[in-house]
Amino acid sequence: MPDEMLHLPMVISLLERHKGSPGALLPILHEIQERIGYIPDAAVPEIAHALNQSQAEVRGVISFYHDFRTAPPARHILRLCRAESCQSRGAEQLAAQLRERLQLDDHGSSADGNISLRPVYCLGACACSPALELDGQVHARLSAERLDALLDACQEDA
Amino acid sequence: MMPRFYLPCDSLARAVGADEVATALLSQAQERNLPLDLQRTSARGLYWLEPLLEMDSPQGRIGFGPLTAADVPSLLDALQGDPSTHPLALGPVEQLPYLKTQQRLLFARAGITRPLSLEDYRAHGGFDGLTQAIALGGEQTATVVFDSGLRGRGGAAFPAGIKWRTVRGTQASQKYIVCNADEGDSGTFADRMLMEGDPFLLIEGMAIAGLTVGASYGYIYVRSEYPQAVATLREALDIARAAGYLGANVGGSGLAFDMEVRVGAGAYICGEETALLDSLEGKRGIVRAKPPIPALQGLFGLPTLVHNVLTLASVPLILAKGAQFYRDYGMGRSLGTMPFQLAGNVRHGGLVERAFGLTLKELVEDYGGGTASGRPLKAAQVGGPLGAWVPPEQFDTPLDYEAFAAIGAMLGHGGVVVADDSLDMARMARFALQFCAEESCGKCTPCRIGSTRGVEVIDRLLAAPEQRGREAQVIILKDLCDTLQYGSLCALGGMTSYPVASALKYFPADFGLQPSEADQ
Ligand SMILES: Cc1cc2nc3c(=O)[nH]c(=O)nc-3n(C[C@H](O)[C@H](O)[C@H](O)COP(=O)(O)O)c2cc1C
Ligand code: SF4
Ligand code: FES
Repeated sequence: MPDEMLHLPMVISLLERHKGSPGALLPILHEIQERIGYIPDAAVPEIAHALNQSQAEVRGVISFYHDFRTAPPARHILRLCRAESCQSRGAEQLAAQLRERLQLDDHGSSADGNISLRPVYCLGACACSPALELDGQVHARLSAERLDALLDACQEDA
Repeated sequence: MMPRFYLPCDSLARAVGADEVATALLSQAQERNLPLDLQRTSARGLYWLEPLLEMDSPQGRIGFGPLTAADVPSLLDALQGDPSTHPLALGPVEQLPYLKTQQRLLFARAGITRPLSLEDYRAHGGFDGLTQAIALGGEQTATVVFDSGLRGRGGAAFPAGIKWRTVRGTQASQKYIVCNADEGDSGTFADRMLMEGDPFLLIEGMAIAGLTVGASYGYIYVRSEYPQAVATLREALDIARAAGYLGANVGGSGLAFDMEVRVGAGAYICGEETALLDSLEGKRGIVRAKPPIPALQGLFGLPTLVHNVLTLASVPLILAKGAQFYRDYGMGRSLGTMPFQLAGNVRHGGLVERAFGLTLKELVEDYGGGTASGRPLKAAQVGGPLGAWVPPEQFDTPLDYEAFAAIGAMLGHGGVVVADDSLDMARMARFALQFCAEESCGKCTPCRIGSTRGVEVIDRLLAAPEQRGREAQVIILKDLCDTLQYGSLCALGGMTSYPVASALKYFPADFGLQPSEADQ
């Protein structure tokens, strides 16, 4: 994957900055994902080397946490809250609406690479459930119409 | 004088349109040549009224809400005459019964101050606790915390003073303060509100803890779902450091304390304190066996004081006002106030800080105003995803740790998710097991595998065409709940049985059972 290699100088300089700080692995992974959008496989040996860990340990951490991605995400990331408070206000109907409209299961990316769908368990917006997060922005007091409008906006700039 | 307005910058106020209201207000006021000053404050916690705009008036701050950007023209019209005539006018905000009857100690500044203004913070009692702690010295400060009766607000309700004394009494080259800001429970948002709205309070609490137990460094572990809390805290740390409240000489004490913010990565189990410590060390978040307790061997094997956000943030007030002042609130062994959080299918969702001891009914009906849908109330899940579903018959239970334990439920972090009669409790029981399977750290077999088997058992139960088949599955499900409860290392496996067993016990019809079948 040659384009993954393009990121390596950035990864190496970021590792240089973090590696003295204790327990740096999560901050490192977050920063790589923030900058590249995911954690490229090519970064793993570099991280392992900088932290004096095995590659297996680093991969184990990446796979343990729901947040870390090992492949590029779609243009838009939509995380619908599926926890109890939102369920009590109709989150399951919104989930069905999403599945139907995007032809996706709860955890997938649309074929055109436009929208990635993921569940999330509570956004701290429970006083105004149901809620979702779209590209880092929380929207609460959702309705079917509001959800459609948000999806329209995503599809317009596809 | 320029009229002054206040609008929250809290992430939930923004999620329901506060920024759009702010933009419309500023631009349209300018078009009308109306000079106006808009401050972005923390939120009051009266979320059903958000976006809630407030304005200075001779009777104190008066409110308007819930607003949308489309209400701004009529609002500006009303301001030129008598603002109280606007259809969304609420009158003096502090006179609203929801707020007036609260006992806001921890959230005293909520909705009033700007989160990152040190000036606002100091003007409202900020750093009085730290000053007092420095004057008292470590030994006496630990005694005040002990005497206040403060118990951990993260769920387990362990007496804070005992932990402080343990960490303080342990010799080590380095000790740590760790703030648990993983707030993963559905129905809770008090930690988020506090971090976004009053970050200096948490910083002050951690600094007091550091000076008292002899820890020179701290971490706040914030869940990644709270990016605004992370950004606000990071900015607040820089401001506090520049003002000398962190660093080599905290508040002129001659003692050092500093800290940083670390971000979680979407794992519920990292709210469990030992999994959190592993995560901070850069590992998978796996629960550790205790002993050793973190107070003796915590982060990097060194003595560590781990507390929830609300526990640490309660400390400045306790120091400033004294242990007795705090103990005068509450009942039994549940002392002080608790910010309860009303969520789910409730008309008036928001934060209600009251002394322990009011009943669940008062909370849900008097404050919450019943269900949002207007349909009959079915149950409330108290204490997050591992809490029991409490049926209306038990709503007279006082909100007190022991009283809840006595009915087989728990208060936990104080979140209350209200449900109306349309919520299917069999589905919620299934969800609890599915959540456990998804979030299990994998260390114990009942939790790792039993949870998945539990989902299958519920599916079979619901699919069984006749009574005998259902009864057989109920027996297996109850057995599994027992195994989870008694065979798990931590409360994720151990308490997933609470929502499952309570759903089965109180709502057998949702499982297609006669009451007698579920009771066997
Ligand atoms: C599965 C699980 C999740 C937990 N999640 C949290 C959490 O999100 N926040 C929290 O403060 N405590 C949480 N706890 C409780 C912590 O383990 C611990 O008791 C707490 O951080 C101690 O702080 P306190 O004494 O201030 O309550 C959780 C416990 C378990 C078993
Ligand atoms: S009960 Fe579950 S989450 Fe807790 S330690 Fe065991 S496997 Fe891990
Ligand atoms: S449960 Fe959905 S925001 Fe909390």
